[in-house]
Order: sequence, then C-alpha cells, then structure tokens
Amino acid sequence: MSVITLSIDGQPVAVPAGSSLLQAVRAAGIRLPTLCHLDGLSPVGACRLCLVQVEGVSRLLPACASEASEGLQVQTDTPELREYRRMAVELFFAEGNHECAYCVANGDCELQDVAVTVGMDHSRFPYRWPNRSVDASHPLFSLDHNRCILCTRCVRVCDEIEAAHVWDVAERGAHCRIIAGLDQPWGEVDACTHCGKCVDVCPTGALFHKADGTAEKHPDRERAQHLRRARDQHEWQHR
Amino acid sequence: MSFLDLDEFLFDLAEQVEIVFSPVASDIKTYPEGVDLCLVEGAVANADNLELALQVRRRTAVVVSFGDCAVTANVPGLRNLITPGGRDSAMAALQRSYLELADSQAQIPVAPGVVPELLPRVLPLHEVIPVDVYLPGCPPSAARIRACLEPMLRGERPRLEGPEMLRFG
Repeated sequence: MSVITLSIDGQPVAVPAGSSLLQAVRAAGIRLPTLCHLDGLSPVGACRLCLVQVEGVSRLLPACASEASEGLQVQTDTPELREYRRMAVELFFAEGNHECAYCVANGDCELQDVAVTVGMDHSRFPYRWPNRSVDASHPLFSLDHNRCILCTRCVRVCDEIEAAHVWDVAERGAHCRIIAGLDQPWGEVDACTHCGKCVDVCPTGALFHKADGTAEKHPDRERAQHLRRARDQHEWQHR
Repeated sequence: MSFLDLDEFLFDLAEQVEIVFSPVASDIKTYPEGVDLCLVEGAVANADNLELALQVRRRTAVVVSFGDCAVTANVPGLRNLITPGGRDSAMAALQRSYLELADSQAQIPVAPGVVPELLPRVLPLHEVIPVDVYLPGCPPSAARIRACLEPMLRGERPRLEGPEMLRFG
C-alpha cells in the first residue's frame, strides 16, 4: 500500500494513498466538526463545516470530499475558517425552524453539538421562518421538514447500505427538501423496508420514531459504519 | 422560575444588587434611568414588548438576552410559521384563534391602549435592539445563570463556552 505524507497544522502525517483530507486530519489527532459526513457513507461535502485551507489553493476545500495528496500544507483552525464555520451553523439555524426546547433530539442533536463547538450563542442572521410540513404517514416513523438540514445522510444510507433508495432531494435553493419515493407520503412508498436506518443516522430531529417525545430520540449513528464494515469483511458469510 | 433555583446565591446577590424593575420581584411600573444590568426574557411579540425593549436599551448599560425565547424567539416564534416567512402572522393567528375556533361571539379583541397590538412577526431580542450578552437555554439552568452573573458582578463580561453554558433547549 502506497503512503503519502502531508502537513496538517504544521504537523507531518502519513496516510494511505486515496485517503480523504478528513481522514488525514483525523490521523493527526485533530477533530473537525462535521454534519453531513458519516463513516460508512460516501462523502458529499454538503454542510461545509469541515472546510480547510490548503496552501496554494485560493478557495476553501471541504476535507471530507477532498483527496489527500503528497506534500499538501493544510490548515484546519485559522480565524477565517472559524468565522466561516460559525457562520455556516448560524445559517443552519436561521434557514429552518429549530425550536430546540421541544425537539425529539434535544440533548442528542449533532446540530446543537456543532453550535456549541463553534461557540454560537445566537444567530446573527434573521430567521427565515419557512412554512414547512411534517410527514406522519409512515406507521413507525415521522419526517419533520422543520428540523431537516439537508445533510442527505438518510438519502445515502438508504441507497448505499439498505439499497432501497426511498429518499431523494427535490427542488432547489430555499425550496430544497427531502422526498420519499416520487414525492409521495412516506407511508405510501412500497420500496421502504421499515428498517429505520435513516432515522438512526439523522443528525437532528428531522427523522424520528413516532413514539418519541421531547428529548427522547436515541439515534445509532454508527450503524451505517458497522453494516458497511461487516459487509466489506464478509462477517456474515457462512463458513 | 429557573432564577429562583439559584437558592442561597440569591442572598449573596441581594447584598450586591438593587432590583429596580421586574415583572415579578418588584411592583414598579416604569423602567428607571441609569440601570447597570437587565436580564430580558421572552421574544418580542407585541407593541408593548417592542416599546419596553427600546426603553431598556436606552436606559441600560448591559443588556442580557436571557433564555431561548429572547435569543431565538423559540416557542412564541412558532406563530411566524403560520404565514410564509412570518409575514403578517399576527392577523392569521388572531383570525384562527378568535374567529375560526370561537364557540360563540366570534370577534377579534380590539382595545387600543389596553390590549397591545401584535407585531407582524415575533422576533428575537437582538433583531430589535443591540444585545451585549446571550444566555441561551430553555430555561438556562441556575448554574448557567450564576456563571453569567458572577463575572458581571465583578465588572467583567462573561465568556460562555461549552455544552454546560451554551446549549439551546
């Protein structure tokens, strides 16, 4: 296996060729905040929280969706990056309706966690207050579009791990939203296997078990990673 | 109520401060001049809230946005969801509650000078006046309130960091 070496915040790191910048950053023992990224799922670079500065590159790069290459000089924690990260989190809160006080994920929410990480005590952007709906047509689960940050983890876990491809992203810009099937009520989509993987990996309270009340959501965000590894290493094969 | 959870610290606090205006802890109706610190809770939902917020800002050195309703508009802000972008949510809310859901004598209450007029949108405090310190939480825990107040009693600005101090909800 060929190895490449690069510098993360001035620290030399060696990672296998083909690693992402995020993997290299983690190999250096540095924690970058992420929302759309989940081990076991393909990277999309949607949330822009893992942005890094690479010497000689004028724009900021999402570490999860950029490949590490020989000799890169990477900065992960500059004032500019900190400012953009906080701005991104403030925009997440301002563009949706995140009333944390009575959310099913209150206290177990990755959006709240990154808000704390970036030191966000309020949003400098005016709230948009979009009029969004709740889909409670599924017998077991519900989808609250008010909480959704469009990380697309549900879309990817359903496609890449469960192979049912129930979820997709529809519309553009401010109207962008997650849809089930061909924009049907979730409960009417035959392809859904009721496996709940999308609910397990959702970083917020957008997808939840119907029985869950305020602060009762207990997701299993490592499930996708376990399933991917078990499959790759043939842990379920009959011997 | 969360403020009362400060327990015996309230005695220490009482020795160091004079409460000059409070809807629950004093019976003074006019917000006085030259106030050092004001903890403002709740979102700005009606004309009275707005007027008081502006008055508080003019007459106060340090304004603290106290709790999620003040910081994010939170539950009162849900009224904004009735209409796209929160525009004219006041009339939509009044119509729904006083006309559509009325059992009898359906009418929207109008009493200028008595019933304050609702603002079109419910707003967090900092969208109305500049705020100096933000204290999130629904409600902020007593420990968080104390961690915010203690530095200010010494004349310093609090630096709230980490999940114990910053988390919403």
